Amino acid sequence: MENKTGMKEQILRMSGAAVQKCMRCGKCSGTCPSYDEMEYHPHEFVYMVEKGDVEKLLKSESVYKCLTCFACVERCPRGVEPAKVIEAVRLEAIREQGRNHLKPDQIPELLDEETPGQLLMMALRKYAK
Amino acid sequence: MQRIGVFVCHCGTNIAGTVDVKAVAEALGREPSVVTSVDYQYMCSESGQNLIKDAIRDYKLTGVVVCSCSPRMHENTFRKAAAAAGLNPYMVEIANIREQCSWIHKDVAEATEKAIILGRAAIAKVQLNAPLVAGESPVIKRALVIGGGIAGIQTALDIADAGFEVDIVEKQPTIGGKMTQLDKTFPTLDCAACILTPKMVECAQNELINIYSYSEVDAVSGFVGNFSVKIRKKARYVDETKCTGCGLCTEKCPQKKVPNEFNLGMDNRRAVYIPFAQAVPKVATIDADYCTMLKTGKCGVCSKVCTAGAINYKQTDEIVERQYGAIVVATGFNPIKVDKYDEYAYGQSKDVITSLEFERLTNAAGPTSGKLLRPSDGKHPHKIVFIQCVGSRCTPEKGKSYCSKICCMYTAKHAMLTREKYPDTEVYVFYIDVRTPGKNFDEFYRRATEEYGVHYIKGMVGKVSPKADGTLEVQASDLIMNEQLRIDADLVVLAAAIEPDKSARPLATMLTASMDTNDFFTEAHPKLRPVESPTAGIFLSGACQGPKDIPETVSQAGAAAAKVIGLLAKNKLTCNPCVAHSDELLCNGCSQCANVCPYGAITYIEKEFVMPDRSKKIRRVASVNPAVCQGCGACTVTCPSGAMDLHGFSNRQIMAEVDAICK
Ligand SMILES: Cc1cc2nc3c(=O)[nH]c(=O)nc-3n(C[C@H](O)[C@H](O)[C@H](O)COP(=O)(O)OP(=O)(O)OC[C@H]3O[C@@H](n4cnc5c(N)ncnc54)[C@H](O)[C@@H]3O)c2cc1C
Ligand code: SF4
Ligand code: SF4
Ligand code: SF4
Ligand code: SF4
Repeated sequence: MENKTGMKEQILRMSGAAVQKCMRCGKCSGTCPSYDEMEYHPHEFVYMVEKGDVEKLLKSESVYKCLTCFACVERCPRGVEPAKVIEAVRLEAIREQGRNHLKPDQIPELLDEETPGQLLMMALRKYAK
Repeated sequence: MQRIGVFVCHCGTNIAGTVDVKAVAEALGREPSVVTSVDYQYMCSESGQNLIKDAIRDYKLTGVVVCSCSPRMHENTFRKAAAAAGLNPYMVEIANIREQCSWIHKDVAEATEKAIILGRAAIAKVQLNAPLVAGESPVIKRALVIGGGIAGIQTALDIADAGFEVDIVEKQPTIGGKMTQLDKTFPTLDCAACILTPKMVECAQNELINIYSYSEVDAVSGFVGNFSVKIRKKARYVDETKCTGCGLCTEKCPQKKVPNEFNLGMDNRRAVYIPFAQAVPKVATIDADYCTMLKTGKCGVCSKVCTAGAINYKQTDEIVERQYGAIVVATGFNPIKVDKYDEYAYGQSKDVITSLEFERLTNAAGPTSGKLLRPSDGKHPHKIVFIQCVGSRCTPEKGKSYCSKICCMYTAKHAMLTREKYPDTEVYVFYIDVRTPGKNFDEFYRRATEEYGVHYIKGMVGKVSPKADGTLEVQASDLIMNEQLRIDADLVVLAAAIEPDKSARPLATMLTASMDTNDFFTEAHPKLRPVESPTAGIFLSGACQGPKDIPETVSQAGAAAAKVIGLLAKNKLTCNPCVAHSDELLCNGCSQCANVCPYGAITYIEKEFVMPDRSKKIRRVASVNPAVCQGCGACTVTCPSGAMDLHGFSNRQIMAEVDAICK
């Protein structure tokens, strides 16, 4: 339970989104161009994060289906910013992987001259902390 | 030397639970001038009041301090008790040891000490109290109703029914308000015009009711019982007393391209017009923005055809000044503008309309003679999508924070009527939740789904996209099926949020009546005084106070009338004697007090004074109208010479209280 709320707080802090303002109207999901690709839809992200039910979201492919087009953010009548919630869950999922698979000090040995700078940045972002 | 009695109330356990009332009575009994100090379970009860009355007689009290609840609760009760025992009621002071002490403290010792201090301050004040006598002001037995919608009409009829004169000021050329634009009305589906027109006619025929149509309120001064109001009768370029309402001018006017506001711009009218057949008063009005004669001096057709000789191109605005005892605000509402919600494509497609436009499209007197046709191509729509809550229940950046209250019901009405008249038309309603509290309301909504087969879908529409084939693709979520829908609709109807009329805010300023952040007028008490404004003599009727349907509007209109009648039935009003007065010898006529007075109670007079050397001098000094002054005290703290003071709350009294607290 503690971990559950910890994760929720972390996601809320990262996203800055006010999930408690959601009135469950579904306009975000009515708007979303990626809806059919997703297992969990924008309004479900908002609701599940509010409930602290984050595990399922972290494991779902849905986090990578969001286009970050921000249509949901633009149209949510309550200013909830669902895309930012999804973004934060995505970041959390990436960090989790970092915890499980790679350690920062493993990175240098994986590098070679051909590694593009951008990938380096990605690596730092994904495996930081 | 005063003889003061102190009465400490337990208020059951409300006070006695946290304050040691016996200790308070004892401590205050030792204060100077206090001749008796007692405690009792409920001071406001009959026997509690008798305790005070008996003490006033037995101890020949000249002042009373009651340590109890807030003066807002029972100051009047105790003042009345004192008066009954022969003491001037303004010799009573309340020390609030409930709201300001027992309710907010937990520690008994601390709370008791504070209660004693509060009691001491009240005693210090009473030492300096002087008996005050309340003045009287006369009541002008005529009421003004601002706004002639169903709210204003009902209030005016009820006031006139009690035998008082009423004037209605309506800014449009006709009374009737939004209800004139509606087709059938929920929950009984009677036709709006059939139930409204008789009331409009009654207003016109009632000898006690006087309608100022096409008029607005320009200025308000005065106070409860005695308001003076300047009414601007806007130039309509038609002599109301001569026009017979035959409508000949409106048929012959060559300027045909004027958007008709009555049909929300969905068709055109002429530059000279009568809004609709049942208009009251049935008098033509020339629209100066479009009349060629007024703009270029060439035309004059209407004046040529008018057999009554009523057209007058030289008419100007006329200001009428009238006196009233009471004013009722009934300025109603308007649907918000929906163009800012790009996702609904209101500005892009003619086939995305508002619910009020839908009313006009289904009304026999509307632009399509009541046939439901698509505005773009005049074809019959086979699939209609209604979207609820457009602009309601939003963050302030997105729209209105409140629920507009009427749209769930009128959308059910629209859906039902469509299915009844056109069974071949599929009707979808997207809702967040359906809100239908009210007598026979939920039953009404259930009929829409159960009997008329309207598809209610829980979810919001995300986007409406006009397509090349003329249909509108509605993309929405169905939250119960957890799927995203795409419906190709022929017509989309937006249930727009409603907001107060834009003129309400400047009007509130003129009336010194308060408003909430949404510009709805605020009531004096949300539960117990719902039709009165906090400003004495100003009453509220209809949707100007908050979203309301017709049944609710009419009940509130009647309630406001009852309050007005109660006021007008009085011959005189007792004034509050705790008003400001200036010490003319100290006043230097600087005008600062007049600038801060929110009620306009202060004027300046030129007065002759005899100077110490016996010479005479004319000086400008402040003079307070005690009938207008509300005793707010703004002037007393502003006056740089210390000339302004309040009866009952003098600077000396306040300082004595502060001293007592700091001792
Ligand atoms: C689409 C739609 C459908 C509806 N259907 C129904 C229904 O079926 N059943 C039902 O019960 N209710 C229905 N309603 C609600 C109904 O219209 C209102 O309850 C009712 O009109 C409120 O009356 P009112 O007099 O308070 O306001 P209004 O009707 O708005 O009247 C206010 C009047 O005051 C005038 N005015 C405003 N400001 C000033 C000023 N400063 N000076 C002078 N005059 C002024 C205006 O010109 C107007 O004539 C519907 C509303 C809408 C929008
Ligand atoms: S649009 Fe906003 S309020 Fe509506 S369900 Fe999505 S997040 Fe919640
Ligand atoms: S930002 Fe993501 S969730 Fe929001 S509408 Fe776009 S794709 Fe859908
Ligand atoms: S009345 Fe119904 S449609 Fe209107 S704002 Fe309230 S919930 Fe929405
Ligand atoms: S007390 Fe208030 S209302 Fe009275 S004159 Fe002074 S400022 Fe005006």
